[in-house]
Amino acid sequence: MAGRILPSLAAIALMALGLIHPAAADRFIVVQSTTSTQNSGLYDHILPLFRERTGIEVRVVAVGTGQALRNAANGDGDVLLVHARSDEERFVSDGHGISRADVMYNDFVIVGPAKDPAGVAGMEDAVAALARIAEAEAPFVSRGDDSGTHKVELELWEEAGIDIAAASGSWYRETGSGMGAALNTAGGMGAYAMADRATWTSFANRNGQRILVEGDPRLFNQYGIVLVNPDKHPNVKAGLGRLFVDWVLSEEGQAAIAAYRVDGQQVFFPNAGG
Amino acid sequence: MESFWRILGEAVGLILAWDSDLIEIVGLSLRVTLSAVAISCLIGLPLGAMVGAFRFPGRTAVIVMLNSLMGLPPVVVGLIAYLMLSAAGPLGPLELLYTPAAMIIAQTILVTPIVAALSRQVVEDCYREYAEQFDSLGVGPFDRVAALLWDARYSLLTVALAGFGRAVAEVGAVIIVGGNINHVTRVMTTTIALETSKGNLELALALGVVLLAIAVAVNGAVMTLRASAVRMAYA
Amino acid sequence: MPEAAFHMAAPALPMAADGPALLSARGLCFDAGGKRLIDGVDIDIRPGRRTVVMGANGAGKSLLLRLLHGLIRPTAGEVLWQGRPLDREGRLAQAMVFQRPVLLRRSVLANLRFALSVRGLPGPERRAREAEAMERSRLGDLAGRPARVLSGGEQQRLAVVRALACAPGLLFLDEPTASLDPGSTHAIEQLVGDAHESGVAIVLVTHDTGQARRLGDDLVFLHGGRVVETGRAADVLGAPRSEAARAWLEGRLDLGSPSASRA
Repeated sequence: MAGRILPSLAAIALMALGLIHPAAADRFIVVQSTTSTQNSGLYDHILPLFRERTGIEVRVVAVGTGQALRNAANGDGDVLLVHARSDEERFVSDGHGISRADVMYNDFVIVGPAKDPAGVAGMEDAVAALARIAEAEAPFVSRGDDSGTHKVELELWEEAGIDIAAASGSWYRETGSGMGAALNTAGGMGAYAMADRATWTSFANRNGQRILVEGDPRLFNQYGIVLVNPDKHPNVKAGLGRLFVDWVLSEEGQAAIAAYRVDGQQVFFPNAGG
Repeated sequence: MESFWRILGEAVGLILAWDSDLIEIVGLSLRVTLSAVAISCLIGLPLGAMVGAFRFPGRTAVIVMLNSLMGLPPVVVGLIAYLMLSAAGPLGPLELLYTPAAMIIAQTILVTPIVAALSRQVVEDCYREYAEQFDSLGVGPFDRVAALLWDARYSLLTVALAGFGRAVAEVGAVIIVGGNINHVTRVMTTTIALETSKGNLELALALGVVLLAIAVAVNGAVMTLRASAVRMAYA
Repeated sequence: MPEAAFHMAAPALPMAADGPALLSARGLCFDAGGKRLIDGVDIDIRPGRRTVVMGANGAGKSLLLRLLHGLIRPTAGEVLWQGRPLDREGRLAQAMVFQRPVLLRRSVLANLRFALSVRGLPGPERRAREAEAMERSRLGDLAGRPARVLSGGEQQRLAVVRALACAPGLLFLDEPTASLDPGSTHAIEQLVGDAHESGVAIVLVTHDTGQARRLGDDLVFLHGGRVVETGRAADVLGAPRSEAARAWLEGRLDLGSPSASRA
């Protein structure tokens, strides 16, 4: 009970101090998002364009896909933008969201140390490459955080017939952290890792790591957008959220995504309505 | 080691450039943490003083609880605050989640037990000296607490400082309830976490250096104040 | 002298038989750690009288003072203030000065102000009493100084005038000059003497026989938690009847304390 009273008192005190302005909560929405879109700088590019057009401020909470889904299911967000299609569809079918739509895609890559102890450089078959890494028992860093990237990685291991649980703690290392933290770790221990291309391209601390495997259709990475259901969560700003969703899927929004470059490279490919 | 010095050099360069984003982030950090410490002191100092000065049934249990709560991991505090402030939580209608107010609340929950537990110790030491004189003068309960808080004020300043240090450096609680939203809830520690995850170690370290500088400045100011208090035998 | 009626077997003796007692103790006992530290003490303090409590270290003098002032509860027996059980009201009509003065971490004046304000005195009267106490203590020049940087003598003077500013009917002093030089001791004795002249009853614990002669009308000698001798201070000091008091005065002491008897 004290846990409830305490913040109430705090909130009252804060209001008294003028630190909270309940009335100021109007023209903005909260987007629960995956980290890759934020870390790559995409939002810094497209959100000012949206704001200029509509005057609506978009506040991005960038967390793992699992946490983003959970937060949105609690109603703590107006729009969800992640990359885990089956989870997004379940989110809608459970009544938390209204209609899911494809926004854009990019792909995953397998990165590793330049000396490539497992000899996977240049391979296109991601499953075969992982099997070779497992055979060489070369260190591999996994997100291990139930994120969209992690889920794809697990599917690939399964397809390769590797029992990851048995190797966990030896050459297979689950960091339980975000994409960037996992890449920092992989760089530090000269390990392989799977990353989304957007995060990798904009990642600054590469530590001698490079892309070794790319181009496998199984490495396709689709981003989807969902409007949180206002019937379930009355506080959701459905009108403003709808404006954002529509804009992202519009010709203008899609063009803005396509125009974003990291080091001269396009890292997200719009495919709304496709 | 070589890369460490290079990164440190770049960090200093970034601080010297002192751009408006950096000022905004540092400003919000201070605003959130100072507010949280102020509220924690309003609650924790009288609470600690009462536990320190009065004997009542269950007092030992209260002390054990306060001391234990001092060790609450910030992430746990963040989760508790999130579950309360979430739209699905009991305080959802306040619509405070992902605002600086939410961060202040989370840090207040984090810091209040620290302030209460440490001030309990400080006040109890002071009270051991004063108790008989207060009994003799017939000082009432309210005057007792007020007098102890006032007379231990310089030691309690150090208590507030401990709370400040804990709050300004924590990332686990504010990132959950604040959301690390650019220009809204982004503070020094969440920026450090974000920039580290982007591999921008220079910027992350630069902010770490700023954080350290603020901690040094605040500690230095308080210690100077305390030193003059010691000269006057007030501490 | 009528005090010759004193008997070891019946130590309950009124010390001066004029008028009703201000403060009385009846069958006062105090136990701690399974030991009886105060054992069946009966005492009467009459208005305006000065009583000196003497005895060896560990005889229970400080403990007795605290029991009489109501700072600790007796295990058995009772303390009566003007015929009624001592309560908070009674204690507010008394004041106490400790061996080591307990001063707040504030200025000299603020220490006085605190003692008066917790009694809820109206502003004008409080200020008048503050001014009077400052003058009486001759600490006027130091009013704004932090109390705890004063010399030991000045601190104790402040503690005494702070106690007197509360206008007590009875003032307890627990070895107030034990660690002071002769000049400071003289100043304290003068303050106590002045208070006595204005009608305040005094109960003083001291080891200093000279001080006992100067400030004591009556004397209570404690030994092993019991009152073993009472009488006029000059008489007891001049011709002690009990073996304990005689031994103590002759410096052949400490009968009750093993460490002292070895020395």
